[in-house]
Amino acid sequence: MKIKTLSRSVDEYTRERSQDLQRVFHNFDPSLRPMEKAVEYKRALTAAKLEKIFARPFVGAMDGHRDGVSCMAKNPNYLKGIFSASMDGDIRLWDISSRRTVCQFPGHQGAVRGLTVSTDGNVLVSCGTDCTVRLWKVPRPTLEDSSVSSENFIEPAAEYVWKNAFWAVDHQFEGDLFATAGAQLEIWNHNRASPVQSFQWGTDSVISVRFNPGEPDILATSASDRSITIYDLRMSSAARRIIMMTKTNSIAWNPMEPMNLTAANEDGSCYSFDGRKMDEAKCVHKDHVSAVMDIDFSPTGREFVTGSYDRSVRIFPYNGGHSREIYHTKRMQRVFCVKYSCDATYVLSGSDDTNLRLWKAKASEQLGVILPREQKKHEYNEAVKNRYKHLPEVKRIVRHRHLPKPIYKALGIIRTVNDSKRRKEDRRRAHSAPGTIVTKPLRQRRIIKEVE
Amino acid sequence: MELSSEDNNLTEKFLPPIEQESDVELETKVKKYLRGEGANLETLKDKKLKTQLASREKLYGKSAKTAAKIEKWLLPAEAGYLETDGLEKTWRVKQTDIANEVDLLSSRNQYDIVLPDFGPYKLDFTASGRHMIAGGRKGHLALVDMMSMNLIKEIQVKETVRDVAFLHNEQFFAAAQKKYAYIYGRDGTELHCLKERGPVARLRFLKNHFLLASVNKSGQLHYQDVTYGGMVASIRTGKGRTDVMEVNPYNGVVALGHSGGTVTMWKPTSQAPLVQMQCHPGPVSSVAFHPNGHLMATSGKERKLKIWDLRKFEEIQTIHGFHAKTLSFSQKGLLAAGTGSFVQILGDSSGSSSSHNYSRYMNHSMVKGYQIEKLMFRPYEDVIGIGHSMGWSSILIPGSGEPNFDSWVANPFETSKQRREKEVHLLLDKLPPETIMLDPSKIGAMKPSRRKEKPSRGEIEAEKEVAIEAAKSTELKKKTKGRNKPSKRTKKKKEMVENAKRTFPEQGHNNTASKKRRIGEDAAAELPASLKRFARKN
Repeated sequence: MKIKTLSRSVDEYTRERSQDLQRVFHNFDPSLRPMEKAVEYKRALTAAKLEKIFARPFVGAMDGHRDGVSCMAKNPNYLKGIFSASMDGDIRLWDISSRRTVCQFPGHQGAVRGLTVSTDGNVLVSCGTDCTVRLWKVPRPTLEDSSVSSENFIEPAAEYVWKNAFWAVDHQFEGDLFATAGAQLEIWNHNRASPVQSFQWGTDSVISVRFNPGEPDILATSASDRSITIYDLRMSSAARRIIMMTKTNSIAWNPMEPMNLTAANEDGSCYSFDGRKMDEAKCVHKDHVSAVMDIDFSPTGREFVTGSYDRSVRIFPYNGGHSREIYHTKRMQRVFCVKYSCDATYVLSGSDDTNLRLWKAKASEQLGVILPREQKKHEYNEAVKNRYKHLPEVKRIVRHRHLPKPIYKALGIIRTVNDSKRRKEDRRRAHSAPGTIVTKPLRQRRIIKEVE
Repeated sequence: MELSSEDNNLTEKFLPPIEQESDVELETKVKKYLRGEGANLETLKDKKLKTQLASREKLYGKSAKTAAKIEKWLLPAEAGYLETDGLEKTWRVKQTDIANEVDLLSSRNQYDIVLPDFGPYKLDFTASGRHMIAGGRKGHLALVDMMSMNLIKEIQVKETVRDVAFLHNEQFFAAAQKKYAYIYGRDGTELHCLKERGPVARLRFLKNHFLLASVNKSGQLHYQDVTYGGMVASIRTGKGRTDVMEVNPYNGVVALGHSGGTVTMWKPTSQAPLVQMQCHPGPVSSVAFHPNGHLMATSGKERKLKIWDLRKFEEIQTIHGFHAKTLSFSQKGLLAAGTGSFVQILGDSSGSSSSHNYSRYMNHSMVKGYQIEKLMFRPYEDVIGIGHSMGWSSILIPGSGEPNFDSWVANPFETSKQRREKEVHLLLDKLPPETIMLDPSKIGAMKPSRRKEKPSRGEIEAEKEVAIEAAKSTELKKKTKGRNKPSKRTKKKKEMVENAKRTFPEQGHNNTASKKRRIGEDAAAELPASLKRFARKN
């Protein structure tokens, strides 16, 4: 006869000294946990509510410019600093942690239209409506700088005058060249006073330019004839070109998938393209009500931030049609430029009301040092919320955002207009011979043609 | 690619038979952790959603496999067992024999506590099995720490006590006394007097919902939320007085056994029972639920014990011979039945989860004068607690308790800090009373979208037949004073049948309309193309 009963000795199951950790035993058997799904659902609901309670995205504003902020540049080697330029020619370097100006770069006579930093972080290039391109030496941050509110004024290292006003500038990754957008697309070298190469197509001015992070010789531009062109510096003419229905204000390449680019368009949507196949957009991101002025990708490549003429900043997922988040304030007027910080934690917006605003990328994120237990709890909350976010109660809480009244009303009007268009289209199709009415998908509808 | 898969097949074929067996075991364990079948992704048209769900399904499979491996290799304790060799039967093994074979710590769990003055005792254990509350009919309440056999507090309330129940932990317990039910704290202070319920016969606590359920002498069912004290529901069952009430731990429904032989199941949000089952020809004397929620055992005064499958509401097994006054299921599925001074333990002799066959496993007969009042298995231990008319006892039943506890679910070795944290987490996870339903896995599932389908021709015909039959079979009122002429009666009946037919008009009309169109089209087809516009379009 063999008999065995359960007997647990207390030493095996409790700790020896009070300095030891408490012992934890796991048994993942589902029969020990009745109603686990209901408990999980309750936890998802609580997690959604907590997320909304802790959602305080606005960190602070950087005050100092005397005219609307027109462009910003970030230095990839120095996370704490951001350059910004305003419509009266004032360029400043800010320290984000203390939200103060470190130094100023005076010199431009008119509005500064483009700012960019070289890849090693030493040279700042700026261009403006006064037909000049100026190169500045960026001061190295020293230990004393953070506390002293220095009003240093830096002299330009070089100043090149040219024939026409400039609209944008961008620096090559891992190279010595930078490109300016004006009447034509011009490629400059740091040491030469005149451009080394120039591209022209038609008579329209180029509005924005962006170099590809993966291939140093490829760049994308947008022109005021509503086109997007991809150039290769090794070739003498454009590689690809498409013409859309409305003009593109800004372009950004995905840093993790360098063949994909996203264009911020005047009609309020952003279009993601595969650079190799431009006849159809990969994704259309629609949520802005007015023209999208600027776009920047997160260093993770999974999200991008857009700033729009409708006074809001939105964060979109790279493959999703609608925004994940919207940031707005009563005091923030037309947003002209946005940047995603290089550690993927913050978003900066420069707007017409002369302020730069610092926002958290994830509104309910806990900043600072997080204990591993806290980190695990945050991850669990995120996962359980995502599991049940399709159910009505949880969805209502997760989706809820307060919108400013003009945007809310405008969205309602757009929805009504689209509904009526679709209804009319459906009726037309129902009353005509099958196959006569063909609707183009939205990804192709806004592209008029591909040239070359 | 093909070569490597062939290699894999070959290695599988040449595995030693022991490994193959353990693979089968692992498969069954993995099934348990998968908690049902995977979703059917073939019907999805949305490619993005399909890929996302497919990657999730893969993750579930991986985690189920890891959990099965952990269960096989990493769990600290193994279940108890009682195996006899040769001709000896397991039910002939006495407690004294077990005491001889088993270690000292376990043999301390066999005892009789004799308290003859205070009447039959009712017991309750906390979820971790560490604490026990014993309530004697004549008013004796004792809170005992089972691990150290320490009496924490005992009070004499000087009134009849009909039932005792712990709330969410050992800090609070409820006692059903002569006129009302009371809630006491750990140190014996009376915290609340629950006057609304009236004289309570049975008290049970629903752990996930923090609801204290009770049935009183007039057969009313009360649910009260103990976190804020509000009465969630008071239901008049309409079936008279009963004191058989049990909670199904799997889904939180309360089952009442009535004197007509029916077992009804209730949830707090509805005034009508969820299920009514006719279980016994005579009164039901006891009900018990298996922890997995699929099995229910009922016993009736006609000396039968029946085992029911709750998924199909069918009887699986009947055991004759004794009238079990009290029933209890253990964590591992052993069923204890107590009559008079005799305890019989039944075990499931078939290993599979689909078919159950309960047969005698162990017996225990106490001293003749001890009338058993309540049986309850102690969680996470191979022990059963017996409350009887002369006090309470505890005996060893190898193989009844779950060997491995999870610290986050129930920890018998809890410190006070852990207990406090756990209380907060339990409160955060408190479920609303609307989540009590027969099938708790429906929560969090999407409702299938019902597209209104046009009923087929046959269905319409059938409905028409039914309507005509109904119209024909209606009885007309017999009119008096010369108005009851047979001709008028037949006319009226014809009119009613015509009305019934009128609700199904489309069939005939559609046919004739389509026939006309077809005729028109055929005529048009014969004409040459240039004359087609002159074809008649009727």
